Amino acid sequence: MRELLKVQNVKKTFRVSARQQKIQRTKERTKVAVDRLSFTAYEGEVFGLLGPNGAGKTTTLRMMAALISPDEGDILVDGSSVVKSPDEVRAKIGFLTSELKLEEFFTPNYLFDFFSELHGVDKATAARRKQELFGKFNISEYAEMKVANLSTGMKQKVSLVISIVHDPDIIIFDEPTNGLDVLTAKTVTDFLLDLRGRGKTIVVSTHIFSLVEKICDRVGIILDGRMAACDTLENITAEKPLEEKFFDIFAEKAGGTYEK
Amino acid sequence: MKNNMVTVIKKEFRRFFTDRRMVLTTLVMPGLMIYIVYSVMGTGLASQFGQEEGTALQVSVENLPQGIAAASKGTPLEFTELSGGQETDGALEGLREGAEGCDLVAVFPKDFEKLAAAYDKADGGDAPAVRLYYNSVQTDSSSAYDMMEEILDAYETSLANKFDVNPGDEKYDLATEEDMSAQFFSMMVPMLMMVFLFSGCMAVVPESIAGEKERGTIATLLVTPMKRSHLALGKIISLSVIAVLSGLSSFLGTMLSLPKLMGGVQYMDASVYGIQEYLLMLAVVISTVLLIVTLVSIVSAFAKNVKEATGWVTPIMIVSMLFGVMSMLDIASQTGMAWFLIPLYNSAQCMGGIFSLDVDVWNVAVTAVSNICYAGIGVFALTKMFGSEKVMFSK
Ligand SMILES: Nc1ncnc2c1ncn2[C@@H]1O[C@H](COP(=O)(O)OP(=O)(O)O)[C@@H](O)[C@H]1O
Ligand SMILES: [Mg+2]
Repeated sequence: MRELLKVQNVKKTFRVSARQQKIQRTKERTKVAVDRLSFTAYEGEVFGLLGPNGAGKTTTLRMMAALISPDEGDILVDGSSVVKSPDEVRAKIGFLTSELKLEEFFTPNYLFDFFSELHGVDKATAARRKQELFGKFNISEYAEMKVANLSTGMKQKVSLVISIVHDPDIIIFDEPTNGLDVLTAKTVTDFLLDLRGRGKTIVVSTHIFSLVEKICDRVGIILDGRMAACDTLENITAEKPLEEKFFDIFAEKAGGTYEK
Repeated sequence: MKNNMVTVIKKEFRRFFTDRRMVLTTLVMPGLMIYIVYSVMGTGLASQFGQEEGTALQVSVENLPQGIAAASKGTPLEFTELSGGQETDGALEGLREGAEGCDLVAVFPKDFEKLAAAYDKADGGDAPAVRLYYNSVQTDSSSAYDMMEEILDAYETSLANKFDVNPGDEKYDLATEEDMSAQFFSMMVPMLMMVFLFSGCMAVVPESIAGEKERGTIATLLVTPMKRSHLALGKIISLSVIAVLSGLSSFLGTMLSLPKLMGGVQYMDASVYGIQEYLLMLAVVISTVLLIVTLVSIVSAFAKNVKEATGWVTPIMIVSMLFGVMSMLDIASQTGMAWFLIPLYNSAQCMGGIFSLDVDVWNVAVTAVSNICYAGIGVFALTKMFGSEKVMFSK
């Protein structure tokens, strides 16, 4: 199997602003969000990065998407380095988080064309993909409505569609089902499975065990910026269900207790 | 992907020009409001100072001398004789209460003309006194008083005429009407334009940069492979076009209504300016807008939200207005070319120069080129900022 995504010893330290110090009740001036993390995602696999809030999942995915750059280490995305050629990396991936918003003034139809143009997709291909994706997500009906007037679920679906206008082979998805109602969440997970079925490589981050069990081939458990365990879902859940296994690992790393 | 800048510009234009509210508030309203406000103010001022046609001013007079009556021909003053005593007291009471029908009470001594002619200062003694009672709160009364006083002054002068200053209808002010228009416009325009250009930028830039950052829509652009420089340039160019249009709207409103503000003074005429002035003006306006848009964009990119951006920009706005006022009052006006390297100051000075029909084209060139250079440096900085995780993804 081809190693499509290679995360190699990446480290990311943030300066903690005065405001953040207050919010997090800390005196620390810096925060090591990701600490020499390594893992590999193989072609056609769904890789799940599982960890509690603040573990460093979003930071890791942002580094993979070349939005922020690692202090140390590197990430190879289908051979392109996020440090040396971030533009190349961005062209190869589709990146989606609930923090990325669409301009409310525009319609899904226009936004699809706009982002297709930014990605250099030719008009005919864009039109074909639009029809296909809008059909699959039942967006067609709303295609000419302003994003402002769409429901949260519909907005999320439009965002998802727009993040893959260029039909990327690698899809990075931060907390795919966070904040979605059950129906939209199901559409999203079904879609991820569909993408996997078409040979795409997918990395998702989540703190939801059931999502990992449902869609992931390989899991990395991330605690406090470090990789605590990384293996196929099959191997990780060989002895115990995922949730129990996770808390075992958590207890071990956090010094025998997970009361938090 | 090479045309991503154009794609961004097209998107920004679509965002702006298909939003009726935006077009109305940034393009139509400024010019229209200025036009209406100045016109209304102008009409108001005119009626404050000028007497409306047709309304006569009622003057009640004791002992109206023949000469005064003759001198008042052709003025709106209409005289009614008072017989003195109670009748005069009644007229004064009416005036005090602002009643209709009496705007001025004039009391002449008996045989005023003879007394006046006979009076010689050298002989000592009091000069014959004329008493004019009026009510300064009433506009008509004030006008009647001013008019009557003028007539009496003229009468007094005619009694002892030794010489005349500027007699007849000859034109003694040798300034051309062109010069007078130019002087007026060159005082007003730079200050107004600095304000309008800045408010045009403030109407669109913080919203488009800090606003997009605040709402998370700019991050959506940053995950695409588009070059950060394309995004920066695309934003600056499209916002500048909109800001220039907004500035032009205000400019047009001003040029069309300033003459009205001045109460229709004859010499106020924007047609003294030719194509050359307007072209120079365009060069200054465009380069200035580019600079302001870039400045405000950089500040907006640092800010967390629109409110913060607007707050941070305010000092720059005040400085630029100050330069406008300095140009209006002709403070610190310099002609040395080096002075025209100072951003914003150079714009105000150039506009003043252009409108006074007395501008060094080289100074305008220095202004335009230096402003564009500063804007270029700004675009470079903005590009760096769009690429900087500390700016775009800070917590
Ligand atoms: N831009 C930033 N500035 C400062 N601290 C940050 C920044 N981004 C993340 N962090 C900190 O890094 C840690 C990991 O954050 P994150 O990657 O968002 O975790 P997760 O997505 O797993 O919840 C947190 O403690 C967070 O506060
Ligand atoms: Mg997160």
